[in-house]
Amino acid sequence: MLPFRIPIRDWISTAVDYLVSEYAAVFDAFSALVYFLVDNFKDGMMYLHPLALIIVIAAITLKMAGWRVALFAVLGLMLSENIGLWRAFVETLALVLTAELLVMVVGLPLGVFAARNDRFHSIIRPVLDFMQTMPAFVYLIPAVMFFGLGLVPGVVATFVFALPPLIRLTNLGIRQVPKELVEAADAFGATGSQKLFKVQIPVAMPTIMAGVNQSIMLGLSMVVIAAMIGAGGLGEDVLRGIQRLQVGQGFEAGLVVVIMAIILDRITAGLGEQRSTT
Amino acid sequence: MSDIITVRNLYKIFGDKPKVAIKALKEGMSKDDILRKHKQIVGVQDINFSVQEGEIFVLMGLSGSGKSTLQRLINRLHEPTSGEIVIKGTDIVKLNMKDLREFRQKNFCGMVFQNFAILPHRTVLGNVEFGLELQGVDKEERQEKARKIIRLVGLEGNEENYPSQLSGGMQQRVGLARGLAVDADILLMDEAFSALDPLIRRQMQDELLELQSRMKKTILFVTHDLDEAFRLGDRIAIMKDGLIVQMGTAEEIISKPADDYVKTFVEDMDRSAVLTAGTIMLPVKERAFTGDGPRTILRKIRRFGLSGILVTDSKRHLQGYIIAKELAEYVEKNKGKEDLKMDPSLVREALHVDRDMPLNEVINIYQEADYGPIAVVDAGQRLEGVIVRGAIIAALSEGYEVELNDSSEPTESTESRGPSESSKSSESHAPPDASASSRPGD
Repeated sequence: MLPFRIPIRDWISTAVDYLVSEYAAVFDAFSALVYFLVDNFKDGMMYLHPLALIIVIAAITLKMAGWRVALFAVLGLMLSENIGLWRAFVETLALVLTAELLVMVVGLPLGVFAARNDRFHSIIRPVLDFMQTMPAFVYLIPAVMFFGLGLVPGVVATFVFALPPLIRLTNLGIRQVPKELVEAADAFGATGSQKLFKVQIPVAMPTIMAGVNQSIMLGLSMVVIAAMIGAGGLGEDVLRGIQRLQVGQGFEAGLVVVIMAIILDRITAGLGEQRSTT
Repeated sequence: MSDIITVRNLYKIFGDKPKVAIKALKEGMSKDDILRKHKQIVGVQDINFSVQEGEIFVLMGLSGSGKSTLQRLINRLHEPTSGEIVIKGTDIVKLNMKDLREFRQKNFCGMVFQNFAILPHRTVLGNVEFGLELQGVDKEERQEKARKIIRLVGLEGNEENYPSQLSGGMQQRVGLARGLAVDADILLMDEAFSALDPLIRRQMQDELLELQSRMKKTILFVTHDLDEAFRLGDRIAIMKDGLIVQMGTAEEIISKPADDYVKTFVEDMDRSAVLTAGTIMLPVKERAFTGDGPRTILRKIRRFGLSGILVTDSKRHLQGYIIAKELAEYVEKNKGKEDLKMDPSLVREALHVDRDMPLNEVINIYQEADYGPIAVVDAGQRLEGVIVRGAIIAALSEGYEVELNDSSEPTESTESRGPSESSKSSESHAPPDASASSRPGD
């Protein structure tokens, strides 16, 4: 229809080139941070004997989700170790934890701010829609452009993909705090921050925890995909299985991902429930 | 008692053109027309009233009448559009946010809500100490105080329970305790008991009155329930379309409804719960004194054709009741005796009620009575008047408003007693003429 092609690809490429060259220091610092986090998580977990880590995880699971899930965790983790995927398991867990930590640091304040400011909420909503509906693979490209191949772009892509649900649910949870509870705090002469920390956030906690749960689940799915740009971990084994048509190997890695997903899901779901019932 | 809250010319308009709406209101346009024409919602208009220290002031009205809006204006949860709200000499409309917060902490016991609005993530203790915590009171002190209040509202033993473990009535006690724990005078209650089932509600009302007699807070109570309003309120303001249509005590409102709107409300009302012994009593026409001899007393009885007579001392303290027939027999038996003394066994215990006792309780006492009228006494046990059956029936029947003010008029009281005359002879106790005040030695 138009006699020329709208050069979106050129614009984006130019912009990325510009950012990478002009803000190299920023990207380097961010990379350093991500490496620091991932390495520490990984080294910390690898430092422990697999059995010790299994006991730690089982203990957390027992507290948060009951003995059935804890038993499942013990069996599942021992299986992972048995089939030789222990290191991959720890690497993936470190990636997920790092990404989730970043998501919480950024997502919680943004969610709270969105709940308290309608204008910001109306701006951020389409951005979140965009982030969630964009195919997950697409994030890999700019991530690679900014950070090259490897672990950092994997974490970045995971972060972008896992951020929206936490912002959304934090916003929702705080907006759903009954009006009377806020009025009650006001009537007692509460300040803005007293209202936020003593009423709104605690009351919204189950919903916020649901957001944490969702973002961890999304993050885990993305971490596997991020193996395509060299993030490592279980995704790498899945990918290798696909590339070499080794169904069995791919299945094993996939199984371990599922085990991790179930454990993480039950732990974080337990967090939300515990808040709302006790 | 002095005024603690004074509200003058208060308006609240919801919308973007409040000035236009207020101007239209002052020109006499109705709330509905303003909504239609200017798209502005009138919350409350032209509100003027004062609340006295230590009273329970009830704002009564149907939903949409502006009662909750008015209450939220008093602590500025809603910003007033215009007008003054003077609380303890400070016009709170003029305060900035910081001063307002401090003012609320110092003067308001927070608010008690229909759906309790207690914090689900905190224990009972954590909820009750909430107000003090906001004020920065240190942990030990505030918990000690909270525990004391928890005992006071009857929640002892539930300190560590979470709200979800409590019944509705108990949850509302937590809401109430949270307010009372704060060292302030004004307690706002918004439909506080409306979500409770009728029995619990009644119980909570009683408990509130009982607590109030000890704590002497100033309570601004919002309700849509007239029975509740009349039960709790020292004074009541009835609201409609954002206006106060009538303000006064329960008895004033029920006996003189300001307009048809109030009248329709009051018609459904259980009058016996509102009217008190004091309102329906008749003046005492004749009484005997402790020093009177039997023949003097008999003469007094016969002069008015009574079936009995109340006995008081010279300071009107009620002493008992003498039945005419028994006295006459006694005098007859001792015909010859010159200096006949009164036989103390003839003076029976007189049934008496406090002047503030609601009529429905008076009726219960009347039903148990074997003899005599019911004497009405004041707080010092001094005789103030008598209640006869006819007066009770008249008070409960329609058209009572007219009669109430003329109860001393002779013909009316005799007429109203007419239908039940035969059932109880003692009703003739209050004859139309004569008055005790004209007695010598009074």
